Amino acid sequence: MWRFLAQRLLTAVPTLIIIATLAFALLHATPGGPFDSAKRIPPEIERSIEAQYHLDEPLWRQYLRYMGNLARGDLGPSYQYRDTSVNELIRAGLPVDATVGTCALLLALLLGSLFGIVAALRRDTSWDYVPMLFASLGIALPAFVVGPLLILVFAVTLHWLPSGDWRAGSVRYLILPVVALALPYTAYIARMVRGAALEVLASPFIRTARAKGLPLGTVILRHALRPILSPVVSFIGPAFAGVLTGSIIIESVFGLPGIGRYFLTGAINRDYTLVVGITVLYGALIIVCNLLADLCYAWLDPRVRLRS
Amino acid sequence: MSDAPLLAIRDLTVSYPAGAGAGAGAVRVVDGVSLDLAPGEFLGIVGESGSGKTQLLLSLLGLNAPGAELTGSARYRGAELIGAPERALARVRGARIGIIFQDPMTALNPYLTIGAQLTEAVRHHHRIGRREARRRALELLDAVHVPEPRERFAQHPHELSGGMRQRIVIAMTLLCEPDIVLADEPTTALDVTVQAQILALLRDLRERTRAALILVTHDLGVIAEIADRVAVMYAGRIVEQASAERLFAHASHPYTEGLRRSIVDVDGSLPVRLEGIPGNPPDPAALPPGCAFAPRCPYAFERCRIERPPLEEAAPGHTRACFHPGPLGERAP
Ligand SMILES: Nc1ncnc2c1ncn2[C@@H]1O[C@H](COP(=O)(O)OP(=O)(O)OP(=O)(O)O)[C@@H](O)[C@H]1O
Ligand SMILES: [Mg+2]
Repeated sequence: MWRFLAQRLLTAVPTLIIIATLAFALLHATPGGPFDSAKRIPPEIERSIEAQYHLDEPLWRQYLRYMGNLARGDLGPSYQYRDTSVNELIRAGLPVDATVGTCALLLALLLGSLFGIVAALRRDTSWDYVPMLFASLGIALPAFVVGPLLILVFAVTLHWLPSGDWRAGSVRYLILPVVALALPYTAYIARMVRGAALEVLASPFIRTARAKGLPLGTVILRHALRPILSPVVSFIGPAFAGVLTGSIIIESVFGLPGIGRYFLTGAINRDYTLVVGITVLYGALIIVCNLLADLCYAWLDPRVRLRS
Repeated sequence: MSDAPLLAIRDLTVSYPAGAGAGAGAVRVVDGVSLDLAPGEFLGIVGESGSGKTQLLLSLLGLNAPGAELTGSARYRGAELIGAPERALARVRGARIGIIFQDPMTALNPYLTIGAQLTEAVRHHHRIGRREARRRALELLDAVHVPEPRERFAQHPHELSGGMRQRIVIAMTLLCEPDIVLADEPTTALDVTVQAQILALLRDLRERTRAALILVTHDLGVIAEIADRVAVMYAGRIVEQASAERLFAHASHPYTEGLRRSIVDVDGSLPVRLEGIPGNPPDPAALPPGCAFAPRCPYAFERCRIERPPLEEAAPGHTRACFHPGPLGERAP
């Protein structure tokens, strides 16, 4: 187990170097630079800014400088948000996305599993059809439709909840973005769980458990739940990394100060360090989340051996 | 065996909706089966693959696949099992009637330890604590010759061989001390030497427990040796029933005779499969109009192809469903 962890974390290092290098190369290959704007800046000022950010150096030196800082955990200064480092931007935004994302995924996991299992147990009844219809809708409806719809109903019409913005620690501001973000995940998990549950419930070992005279609840919770949730675990890992780095759409619909929006504006403004920094963060999160998913998987299924 | 039957099955039928081709009616996979089981009795059920043996056992516990329709009656100590509510069935399952399934490789939950699976039913039905359940389980594992029972407790099914798993399943079933044990081909999935061990184990256990046993198999040789009474199934119906000795010595249904002839004791040691019955068992969705065995029967005549023979007493304690006046010749022409 510890060997497995150490090995996986060691192989993560070259992966992250490759991600950083690719992101760096791609961004620098696109035309334009962070300080080209429509406004004409006097050339001497432009040159002094470029010198300040080392943009006048040859690219390979910029690269080596960036990677050296990255190795120390320093993602460099943002070009767009003057006087702020990328680390500071992430430190401010990540908790917002992490809170919304974690709540949304937990909600999706809970509701999705519940609906999926009930649908499988009551196959071909309205307990199956109705949730699965909503699941199809939930997958098909984009967040930029669902988000404004939620705002319209619960904020504008009913005045129950704020339409957006963010107050750290306030649940009221959390609810609508969490619901909007959770919806497609709930739908997806419900369908996945339904499929897995149908298969597991028809398996011989469930028949054995029923033949023992155990109550249905025990059969499901003790015997069926782990095999049903196994496939969900491998989906949740990367999904978690995704929600942690923020959803651009959810953030802009609900005006959340997360990091998803930095990615978009950073890319438009050629804010090299910001975009590369968030990409590397995303890569690191995916690696960590997949690792956690693998551990979870092995914990769920005793036949799985942790091997790298 | 003059006691009131422990289990009385009357005219039990299991049907599934016919697959494609809607409106095609239902397929009867068990068709009008009647059987009695006395306390402590050892009943064998023989039949080829697909004859409905598993479906018959499952129907006693209401465990058939979704969509199955059951009619007829099966009374355990007078209480009706067919169509009983889940709650009532759950009190019978495991506690009163235990079942050992065909394939030990898939019957155990791969996610749970042997110990957890062994003890959960007895803890549930007998309301005993973890320690007491563990103590009884260890004792029983020892009785079914599982080496080092304590180590097994913490293991998972995939760490054990097929024979070992089947011993665990047998112990799991016996732990609740059921009145009836249904054993569905408990040895077919195992290799030959292990098969013999498991059968020997079942025979020994019969003397230890007072449970009645229904052993299902497709091997008449196995059953003739250890059962008190044997019922022969073909295409969902019972075609012959008699005491084991009588059936082996005086098989009077051509199908039974065919089964018997297909095992021959070479110099009294191993039964060797010489020849099977020519042809294949019929598809339960397309049964012939008369006797289901007629197309494969060397003795079949006109009437067999038109009319279905009823199950009638051929001798005291011996019933059969066949129009042939018998006794059957040594060999078909
Ligand atoms: N869920 C189901 N739906 C429809 N038909 C089924 C179903 N399960 C079993 N059958 C049919 O019922 C018949 C009897 O099956 P069963 O499993 O009882 O046979 P068996 O005598 O136990 O055979 P084997 O020796 O292979 O175990 C078969 O023709 C099978 O195709
Ligand atoms: Mg079977």
